[in-house]
Amino acid sequence: MSAQTIAESPSRAASVQKVRSKGGIEAWLVEDYSVPLIAVEFNFKGGAAQDPPGKAGAAALLAGLLDEGAGPYDSEAFHRALEEDAIEISFSADRDILTGRMQTLARHASRAFELLRLAVIEAHLDPEPFERVRNQIAANLRREANDPDFVAGRDFRALAYPDHPYGRPVRGGLSTLQALGRDDLMGLRAEMFARGNLKIAAVGAIDAAALSGHLDQVFGELREEPGPNQVPPAGFSGVGLRHVVPIDVPQSAIRFGRQGIARKDPDFIAATVVNHILGGGIFTARLFREVREKRGLAYSIHSQLVTHDHAAMFAGSTSTKNERAAESIEVVEKEILSLSELGPTEGELEQAKKYLIGSYALRFDTSTKIAGQLANLQADGFGVEYLDDRNRLIAAVTLDDAKRVAKRLFGDGKLLVTLAGRPHGM
Amino acid sequence: MAIAQAVPARRNGADRSPGEQMQDRLPGPPVTQATLANGIDIVVIEDHRAAVVTHMVWYRNGAGEDPLGKSGIAHFLEHLMFKGTKNHPQGEFSELIASLGGQENAFTSHDYTAYFQRAAKEHLPVCMEYESDRMMNLVLTGEAVLPERDVVLEERRMRTDTDPSEQLSEAVQAVLFSQHPYGRPIIGWKHEIEGLTGDDALAYYERFYTPENAILVVAGDVEPGKVITLAQQYYGPISARGTRPERFRPREPEPRAHRLVTLADEKVEQPVQQTVFLVPSYKSARPGEAEALEVLAHLTGGGQTGLLFRRLVMELKIAVSAGAHYQGTALDDTRFYIYAVPAPGVSLEAVEAAACEVITRVAAEGFAEEDFKRAKTRLIADAIYAQDNQAALARWYGASLAIGLSVEDVISWPQRIEAVTPEAVHEAARWLDRRRGVTGFLLPAKRGSSNVSPGGHALAV
Repeated sequence: MSAQTIAESPSRAASVQKVRSKGGIEAWLVEDYSVPLIAVEFNFKGGAAQDPPGKAGAAALLAGLLDEGAGPYDSEAFHRALEEDAIEISFSADRDILTGRMQTLARHASRAFELLRLAVIEAHLDPEPFERVRNQIAANLRREANDPDFVAGRDFRALAYPDHPYGRPVRGGLSTLQALGRDDLMGLRAEMFARGNLKIAAVGAIDAAALSGHLDQVFGELREEPGPNQVPPAGFSGVGLRHVVPIDVPQSAIRFGRQGIARKDPDFIAATVVNHILGGGIFTARLFREVREKRGLAYSIHSQLVTHDHAAMFAGSTSTKNERAAESIEVVEKEILSLSELGPTEGELEQAKKYLIGSYALRFDTSTKIAGQLANLQADGFGVEYLDDRNRLIAAVTLDDAKRVAKRLFGDGKLLVTLAGRPHGM
Repeated sequence: MAIAQAVPARRNGADRSPGEQMQDRLPGPPVTQATLANGIDIVVIEDHRAAVVTHMVWYRNGAGEDPLGKSGIAHFLEHLMFKGTKNHPQGEFSELIASLGGQENAFTSHDYTAYFQRAAKEHLPVCMEYESDRMMNLVLTGEAVLPERDVVLEERRMRTDTDPSEQLSEAVQAVLFSQHPYGRPIIGWKHEIEGLTGDDALAYYERFYTPENAILVVAGDVEPGKVITLAQQYYGPISARGTRPERFRPREPEPRAHRLVTLADEKVEQPVQQTVFLVPSYKSARPGEAEALEVLAHLTGGGQTGLLFRRLVMELKIAVSAGAHYQGTALDDTRFYIYAVPAPGVSLEAVEAAACEVITRVAAEGFAEEDFKRAKTRLIADAIYAQDNQAALARWYGASLAIGLSVEDVISWPQRIEAVTPEAVHEAARWLDRRRGVTGFLLPAKRGSSNVSPGGHALAV
């Protein structure tokens, strides 16, 4: 796609209104009346990275409790109130943010924002739901305890980021969950839930004036300044290591990776294109072709760039029967080294750029997806213009850029590899 | 691969005039239907909020049509449909779609197989060219087929062979459907996959991939007239075969005895249990019955306000989670699931008994009016939320048509849910008779012994 064609595409940024409430709370709004509903997504900076040492899972548990009783409602009553009007409110913790989502039919907007305010401001964190939700998370952890995919992933993280929150599971572990008390969650909430920490997006059948009122209603009572967010930067460890966790299964789950490139690094966009060529797409990616299509070694194989606020990695995964797991790793390593040394071809580069540019629109075809995109862009520190800049930046990546960045990203091709299963010869 | 379908619908039985139908129509996306001369059915769903189109071709066949001894062939063929045609070698179309920024994939269930692309709306013609080409002109070489068979075996390993809970599910389905093909896994039994050939796939392809058997669903920022014209251009030239291939499935006999299937594995750290009942589907049910089952599923097992959660988790505190699911969109009699995860120290028997008791109570005494109303409200709202998502709408319509329901059935689904009476739900609960069910227990085992003796007891963990 030519630079000119991109410039002619309708501006996505132009569809976004920046709303600022009387109380000074900002939100990005896409007003749209095609369907009578409203989708809201917002996030507080902090997330699981704020879990106190020895208490991994705190943010996730907090997120799980915000809809379990608030204001005048206990857990049952709150859920009844939601169901009565088919309002959806949920929270989740990620590595660097705690996210809230709300979806409501337009005609129940007032009620929805009222209930949302209760969850954000007046969640009780009562003992009964505390135990119950904790037990639920523990049951889920137990279910996954010997799932090879889960185990390989957890092991990979722990080796990549030892002694750092990014190395610990977001949901915690069975022992850290047990160590959690209500005070831990209250403390986390008090530090994290602040207006200065907050990014909001709203999409659907609501105008700026109405939204503005609800912003103050829902978030106005929060403190302005968040608590200190002191997460140290984390470099990637363990490159060159191969680690196996034995599990009696016929297929080994495999994770591989190395140091990545930061989100705001000028090379990040070129790195995105390079990663796409390697393992970003199905059917057209090098890894897909070599590992799956040619050799039948795996059903799924991909790679991605993962960025956190204080770390960045290149990481991929696949699963192969035990007898051929070593072969899969060999093929992956060979492809990564080849890309590092030679870079992509002109054809591959053009193809990847076209895909990335053309498919961007597919992220914006439902209200909830749009709200998610806008909320996350804000959390990553981008302005609205990024919605239009993004494709221009991709289009501007040259073959020289791609070769240089492939070398920078993959270097000597060494990887941290973790496996869960009974891989032969390893 | 497989999809669990939530939705729609079956006509109420009484004939209604188009005028009456129009009046009842809830505001929803405009839907246009057509049929080409060669039998291809077309449904166009308009959604103008984003300049994107979802293009799908559904075939009215799935794993339920796998010949005996060749389980997994429908799914294998789905994989092989990406391996090239007479006119376009393997990968050519995928590259083209990708260069246009499109995304593509496919899935197989027991009752249908579907192929789809999502792209900016101006690329609809390319999608149609691709799909119409491989409806007619698939070629398979040994070079393409053999590695792909290995891929399917890896997929099976990944989904089932490494996961005791999936292995148990597979065993439970095989018991619930002792005669009917729903008892065979969509991906196929491992030993049968190993024997599948390109010829098997082509035979299946010749039999089922015909225009009479295909439904084209296009959703998005499109104009129906233009879509139909395009469809005529690309799909029109495909020769009609005459009649639609017949689907014959032996009916599952009426179950008379409760069955318990137990799997103990040293990888299991969290015992879980579920019971699956044989119940009518939207297609096989009497008028109103499936809708009542849908409401019953939400009433008993729809999240934290469901009766199962309230009784087992909140009141008795013997479970950490509990729910229900009705797999209504099926061609034949289908599954109704009730599940609960025990709290620490509670046996699977105790949880199963308590869940059973909740159902018995619903069947005998009924339920509170407000719970009933709330369940219906929530379900109907799903239909509105779905309108926000063109891909979800396309799947809803596609799946419904593929099992023989109509566009009108989909459109009127919310009204039919609204029309469900408490008596009907009461009646529907009788389908959840324990004798119609199969219970699966997933248990830990001591290291080194992966088997519990037959009729083994649950461990109190």
